[in-house]
Order: sequence, then structure tokens, then C-alpha cells
Amino acid sequence: MATTTYFPESVGKAEALPLPSRLHEWIVTVDHKRLGIMYIATALFFFAVAGVLAALMRWQLAVPNNTLLPPDVFNRLFTMHGTTMVFLVGMPFFAGLANYLTPLMIGARDMAFPRLNAFGFWIFLFGGILLYFSYVAGEGLAGHGSAPDVGWFAYAPLTERAFSRGSSTDYWILSIILTGIGTTASAINVIATIISMRCKGMTLARMPLFVWLMLVVSSMVVFIMPPLTAGQIMLLLDRFLGAHFFDTQAGGSAILWQHFFWLFGHPEVYVLMLPGFACASEIIPVFSRKPMFGRAAMIGATVGIGMLSSGVWAHHMFSVGMMASSNIYFAVASMAVGIPTGIKIFNWLGTMYGGKIRFDTAMLFCVGFLFQFLIAGLTGIMLAVAPFDWQVTDSYFVVAHFHYVLLGGLLFTLFGSLYYWFPKATGKMLNETLGKWHFWLLVIGFHLTFDTLHFAGILGMPRRIYTYAPGRGWETLNLIASIGVIFQAAGVAFLVWNIIRSLRKGKPAGNDPWDAWTLEWATTSPPPGYNFAVLPEVRSSRPLWDLKHPEDPDWRYE
Amino acid sequence: MTPTVPLEREWTLPDRGRVGVLCLITTEFAIFTIFVVAYVFYIGKSLSGPTPSQVLETPIWATICLLSSSVTVGIAERALKGNRIRQFQIWTGATILLGLEFLRNTAVEWRHLINDFHLTITTNLFGTTFYSLVGLHASHVAIGLTLLLLSLVLGLRGSMHGQGRRFELLAWYWHFVDAVWVVVFTVVYVIGR
Repeated sequence: MATTTYFPESVGKAEALPLPSRLHEWIVTVDHKRLGIMYIATALFFFAVAGVLAALMRWQLAVPNNTLLPPDVFNRLFTMHGTTMVFLVGMPFFAGLANYLTPLMIGARDMAFPRLNAFGFWIFLFGGILLYFSYVAGEGLAGHGSAPDVGWFAYAPLTERAFSRGSSTDYWILSIILTGIGTTASAINVIATIISMRCKGMTLARMPLFVWLMLVVSSMVVFIMPPLTAGQIMLLLDRFLGAHFFDTQAGGSAILWQHFFWLFGHPEVYVLMLPGFACASEIIPVFSRKPMFGRAAMIGATVGIGMLSSGVWAHHMFSVGMMASSNIYFAVASMAVGIPTGIKIFNWLGTMYGGKIRFDTAMLFCVGFLFQFLIAGLTGIMLAVAPFDWQVTDSYFVVAHFHYVLLGGLLFTLFGSLYYWFPKATGKMLNETLGKWHFWLLVIGFHLTFDTLHFAGILGMPRRIYTYAPGRGWETLNLIASIGVIFQAAGVAFLVWNIIRSLRKGKPAGNDPWDAWTLEWATTSPPPGYNFAVLPEVRSSRPLWDLKHPEDPDWRYE
Repeated sequence: MTPTVPLEREWTLPDRGRVGVLCLITTEFAIFTIFVVAYVFYIGKSLSGPTPSQVLETPIWATICLLSSSVTVGIAERALKGNRIRQFQIWTGATILLGLEFLRNTAVEWRHLINDFHLTITTNLFGTTFYSLVGLHASHVAIGLTLLLLSLVLGLRGSMHGQGRRFELLAWYWHFVDAVWVVVFTVVYVIGR
């Protein structure tokens, strides 16, 4: 069995169709690879939009008493920025990667439910468009507000009809419900694919870590989207039918929404983060030229995170005044999440230790992720201490913490995954020089912005303020933070330029540019519609290693 | 190179339809859980009447109808798998009638509550949680009935041959709707009064 067994015998160049026909093909497609690319392209688009919103906010906050943006516009900006980044960037990026890579990695020809897959994408896209349509249509009958301005966690009763007039909040609710349906459809599809579509010999023990982590993420989605959806339905009933779920005047609870929201919202952080771990777990071993250190521990830690994360939600609510026993429980449980997360860090470090590390851009992003995610985890432990949380809750310390997680951690691995899998999806390599510019500018910008904001938070700067008075020691920190945005934007501009340039005249990638070990590299780049000419059979967790080294295959030791 | 190690055993994996429907049922169950939590959380917290003990009557007949429809749908499933189409038509029809009778009872109950006790979703927390929980369940019954009706029409047109596996998934959904009713019944009509 030569290395080329799984390759299709000949892939003729697709006949050049006229543009309308090609667009039509993309719109009606049920192919997991095209849907995956569409998910990721949409995520990148919304990432750019939300990035512009963030840049506007940093511009406004660069100097005290700035009058660039009025307060109501500022409220809409941070609401739309948060909502977009979580629901229209993080979630579709996960869905896109899972869609594109899962069938390839488990040696399948498509997802379990291709049409459900297309449905999930289009309903998600419609939800995203609906959210931004509110800028045009959110005036509503009452003539109040345009885009939603209630923050990304939209605490009821502030979102009740009495306090949030007009229809902007309704757009927010409907958009979140729709994207949630899309995400759930996608997650169910991923689970069914992983359980029912694996190729011969691909036992759970041999599954690539990426697939394992996606299985955990998708299972979490099945459990955590419902609290959000149910909460949104209740809010809709309150707003349109005059129900009283969150109406304190009728005896309703002011914190019930917070429980429902964070019951979704905290595990959601891990749903966003685990795909990042999944990418790092594929990239780091390949670029360290070693198999994953402590594979079983990694899988166990992931399942552990999945379970623990659903029991820690109220650490977002220390300041609402819960019972002391609740505070203690949620503080301890939150710190316990640090254990499996710490195991993972050592898995990655142990993989790199003694390896022949190649610092290509994909690997650079993963190393950046390791450092930054560690710091994000440490500030997370600080915030889990309830008395400390009372001091800094709703301050820029919290903002800096979760941006360290989501930007320094998640986004870095997602960029790394772009450099790693772009050759597979397009057949062209991304340019390494431009990639390194992208990486270093982003690192500099990221640290300028978010390191300083920790200190602004400790000095008492509250989040979500649209401006501040001079003389509180926040001016320099805010100015530095805003300057950092310029570097970050420049970094992302390098990425955009890199993608456009490489698509047109990038170096041909070949089937296996990184000398990797998982099955997606055993077919052509880009893979044909049916993925594999002959369905693979695997005997170890590194099937391509076995093919390349028949004299010393992995299955002898597993 | 021929495989040096033969594959351990025959390679069979769970049916993807079953996995998919199980996941769907899990996620739906979680939605119901949240509504049940809200219901239990607000028991006895209404600021004004009417209260559950004043207005609710235990829907014994409706419950019997819905629970026995789980049996009839099971018989229909076996009939279809055994290619006894006539039997399948009869028992699916019976399931639909039982489901419709359940919905009719809910409609009568709601009309009674609205007209005679002036309890609507806006009246108090009891009305809010009662109509949304029972209504959420009733809407699931309606979805299940629509799918059963579709199966019956296809069965009458003779195009359900060999669809036993698919009908089994629908039967699972229907069992799930019944199981949720057991929870709703216990919470609303037993604990909540």
C-alpha cells in the first residue's frame, strides 16, 4: 500500500463555468468542504466588522472626555461587538473547522446529514444579517434605538418592554435564536458524523485529537444552547404577550435571566475555546515532529472541562449577592477548572519538549497562544476568588481577562489553523514572510492593548463607560491600549493581503506540505468532492505515519 | 503492501439517524428542563390569583389518551417493519386520533381557564409559567401529529414500504413527547397544586 493509495486517480481541472453557475453551485451546495469554507469566510467577514466596532470604541476611549461618539452609539457598539464576536465569529469558526475537517480526518465522504448542514449554515447567516439589519430597521414603532444596546448578556429586566423600547432588542433575541438553531443543527451533525461515519479501524482511541475535542464541544452545544433559547423564548413572551417571567413588578425574579444566561454563557466560553485547543493539538505535534504527549490525559482533561464547565456559571454573578455557600461552591468549582486546563498546557509543553520544532507561522501562533492562554488562565483563577471578584467585577480587569482568553488564546490558534489548513482547502500555501508580519504585529498590538487594560481595571476603570474624566491615572494606559489597536489592525491587514495574494499566486501546496499524520493530508489539495477515491483503513492514531514508515509503524506500539 | 494486521472485527457503527434523533431529543429535553425549572421556581410566588389549586383539574382522560398513543405508535412501527401496511395504517390512524383527543382536551381546559377564571398569560406568574410550559408541550404534540399524519398519508398512498427505520425515529420522538408529559403532569398537576 503506497502513500498514494487514498488519492483519486486523476483529478481533472474543473471546467471553468460562467460566474452565475459557479455562484449557484455554492448556494445549493451540500458538500461539507464548501459549507465549511462558507462558514469560515462568513466568520472572517464578521470578524472584520466587529473589529471595526472595537477600533471605534478604542478611538473614543483614547483620551479623556472625548466627544467622538455619543453615549447611545457607544452602547450599541459594545453590544454589537460582543454579540458578533461570540455568535457570528467564534461559533461559525468552530462550525466551519468542524465541517471542513471532521469527515476528512475520520476518512468519510461527507457529514452524516449534508442537507441539515446546509440548513444550519443558511439559518445562521440569516440570523447574522438580521442582527445587523436592526441598524436600519430597529427604530420600530416607538422610534427608540436602532441597533441593540443592552450588552451581549442582555440582562432582564432591563430588556423588558418597559426599559428597552423599540424593536432593537427583538432583533437581538430573534437573531440569537436563529444562530442558536444553526449551531445546534451543526453540532448534532458533527456528533452523528463522528459516531457513525468513521472509516474502518478508526476506533475512538485512534481518533485524531481534533475530532475528539470537536465531539466534546458538540456534545456541550447540545446541552447548553437550550438554556439560552428557552430564556430568549421567555423574554419574547414577556415582550410580546405580556408574560411576567422577568417582570419584578409581578413578582418575577431579577436574577433568573442571569442564571439562565450564564448556564449557557459560561460553558459557551469553553465551546469557543475548545476548538482552539483542538487546532493547537493538531499543529503543535506536527511542528514538533513528535506524537502528542499524554494523548489519553488530553482527552480525559477535555471531557473533564466539558463536565466541570457546566457547574460554574454563577461565578459571573458573585456581585449580585448570592448566599455565602453558593459563593464558596462556585469559587471552588471555578478554580477546579484550572486543573484539567493545566494538564493540557503540560500536554502541549511536553510535546514540544525535546522535539525538532519548526517555527512556521502556524506554530508561532500556537506558541503565542500557549503563553497568552496561560496568563489568561491565571487572571481567571484570580477572578474565581469571590472577594477579589467583588473588587474588579465589571471593570477593565475583566475585559482584559476575557480578551486574553478569546483573543490571545482562541484567535491565535484560529489564525494558526488558517495557516495550517489553508493549503489543504485551496491548494496554495500562504506566504510565510507576510505570515510572520501578521504574527508579530498582532502580538505587539495585542499586548499593548490588553496588558495595559488589566492595570486600568485594577485602578477602577469600569467597563462599558463611553468616556472618563482626566486625573484618575487612566489616561496613559488608555492611550497605549488604543495605539495597540493600530498594530492589531495592521496585522490583520497583512492576513487579508496574504490570503488574496496567495489565492492568486501562492506556492502550490502539494498534498502534504507539513509532513503531517492525519488523514486529511492523504488526499489531494483541495480534496475532490468525494474526498477519498478509496476509503482508508487505519490501524493507529497516526495513519499517515504508518504509510510513510512501513518499517516502523505506530500500530506496533499502540 | 497488504495489511499486516487484519482488522480486529467486523466494522459496524451506530445508525446515524438514531444518533441524530437522540441528540435532538436531548437538546429538546434540556429546553423543557429550563421551562420546568422556571415553573417550579415560581410556584406560589404569584402576587394575585387565581392559584393552581383554585382552577386546575387533573386531566386524567387526556393523560390516558396520550400515554396509550405511545403503545399504538409502537404497534404501528412493528407492523411497518413486518410489512403489514394495512395494520400500520390502522395503528398510525389510532395514534393520530389519540393525539388529537389530547389536544382537544387541552383546548377545552384553556377555554375554561380563560373564559371562566380569566386566567391568561398576563394574569400572574402562574398564568405565565402554566401557559408557556403546557403550550410548549402542546406545540410538540402538534409537530409530532403533523409528522404522523404525513406518514399516514404516505402509507395510504403505498409509499411507506421499507421505511421502518425512519418511522422508528418518529416513534422515538413521539415517546419523548409522552415522557415529557409525565414530567409536565407531575410538576403542574401534582406538585404545583
